[in-house]
Amino acid sequence: MNMALSNERIQQKLTEKFGEAVYGFEEPYGLLSFETAKENNLKVMQFLYDDAELGFHFLTDLCAVNYPDQPGRELAVVYHLHNLSENIRLRMKVFTGIQTPDVYTATSLFSSANWMERETYDFFGVNFVGHPNLKRILNVDEMDYFPLRKEYPLEDQTRIDKDDEMFGRG
Amino acid sequence: MTEQHHHIKLPEGSIEKQTTTLNMGPTHPATHGVFQNIMELDGERVVSADSTVGYIHRAFEKIAERRPLYQITPLTDRLNYCSSPINNMGWHHTCEKLLGVQTPKRVDYLRIIIMELARIADHLICNSIVGVDTGAYTGFLYVMQYRELIYEIYEEVCGSRLTTNIGRIGGFERNFTDTAFKKIEKFLTEYPKVLKEFENLFARNRIFMERTMGTGGISAERALNYGFTGPNLRAAGVDYDVRIHAPYSSYQDFDFTIPVGKTGDNYDRFLVRNEEMWQSLSLIQQAYHKIQDMKGTEADVYHADVPEYYLPKKEDVYTKMEALIWHFKIIMGEVDMPKGEVYHSVEGGNGELGFYLISDGGRAPFRLHFRRPCFIYYQAYPELVKGGMLSDAIVTMSSLNLIAGEMDA
Repeated sequence: MNMALSNERIQQKLTEKFGEAVYGFEEPYGLLSFETAKENNLKVMQFLYDDAELGFHFLTDLCAVNYPDQPGRELAVVYHLHNLSENIRLRMKVFTGIQTPDVYTATSLFSSANWMERETYDFFGVNFVGHPNLKRILNVDEMDYFPLRKEYPLEDQTRIDKDDEMFGRG
Repeated sequence: MTEQHHHIKLPEGSIEKQTTTLNMGPTHPATHGVFQNIMELDGERVVSADSTVGYIHRAFEKIAERRPLYQITPLTDRLNYCSSPINNMGWHHTCEKLLGVQTPKRVDYLRIIIMELARIADHLICNSIVGVDTGAYTGFLYVMQYRELIYEIYEEVCGSRLTTNIGRIGGFERNFTDTAFKKIEKFLTEYPKVLKEFENLFARNRIFMERTMGTGGISAERALNYGFTGPNLRAAGVDYDVRIHAPYSSYQDFDFTIPVGKTGDNYDRFLVRNEEMWQSLSLIQQAYHKIQDMKGTEADVYHADVPEYYLPKKEDVYTKMEALIWHFKIIMGEVDMPKGEVYHSVEGGNGELGFYLISDGGRAPFRLHFRRPCFIYYQAYPELVKGGMLSDAIVTMSSLNLIAGEMDA
């Protein structure tokens, strides 16, 4: 019988295996959160999946975040993984520059990553290397930008039929 | 079956094909929502299917980046609109987690009543639609009366029916009225008989069983790999339920069981949803009694004390300086939220509905991502229907409980 898996134990196992390559451990609201270089995302996830004690077999969520003020680290891809039998979650982040937003796909490990990565590509332009069918999913195919990036303001700035002064935006 | 090729004289230059392409959707009565399936058929067998979604994408995640927390609640209504209150409550819980708000027990129990009513409404639609698609229309029309009663309860509590915007951060906008409790009582006394009758109509009905057993099945392993959650995952035999695994809203105070299936096929999905409705009924009953047993000041509480986020009563706004200030600050969006990153999930009508909220300390979220269960599990559809009959593919689609609003965000 294994000891119940705890945040400390996961962190310990990860540091034993990857050393300096996993870093930025935090526990916001009790959820273990850490970072790794984008080249290592698959290796770390594979380890989390294969290791008998860790057993993170469930990809709860995959999405991206755009931080325009961090040069070279403008895009973060965030994975939420869940070990259902021990009932413990963790959050893994990889950062990438916006010029070459290439991140390895997780589709070989999780079939569920397929559409989630397509969605992330659709809205943030993250290029998931090795994805079997990386094309837009919710937006129209003809769209030529990635709308959830911060550089695109919410409203269509090309509109001229609104007097900004009237709306307190003058 | 022997291979037969019917040679029809095709016009010059045509490409000869052995299969037929069938375009189902985006607006097809059998999809029960706006999404498209392009199926390749060999006779009546499905060779492959390709899904297109996104027809009602409304950019909720982008809109949310400009809105204060309380204005995001109406956006969540429009995800899974068959059970809006669960989405609303999930969002309130997420905000409360970020802000560190403790809700009183009575609020938790009132929320459970509303959420479980919503679950019943959701499952009721899904199961009766499976009935419609297998040729039994009566059940659908019959149970609609009780969804109507559920909607009347919502209406009594918050004023609206489908897109409810129910509750506020910290609790409810007003206390439940006596009429609301009367309607809940009426539901608790009348619905069990109806559900029993509905169950009798299908559960051991030979036509229904033969249509649904062994079709659209998935193994537990594949279901997990595809990110299934909710009744669809439980039908495949995995007892994962957010209400048990990460209790919110005091679900830990209640006695209920999590039904699981075995084969993950359409029949098991039907049975799991059916049993969950019984469990929800029991939860509502327990919560109702817990509330009735409360005494003193505890028996009147309907929101937590969070003046920074909870709108004061209108009469107080007119008569008390403090209330007027808070009212102004909340409406003008001058209350900044703390910095932080929160992931919170609730057991929605069709699976784990998650909210990933990043706050940079401003008035609106820096980033908000919705984990929409049916967007994630719908990608398994081609695998589920491959090799089966077209008519089974239709039943599979309705038994997955796909809601276009949730899929497309």
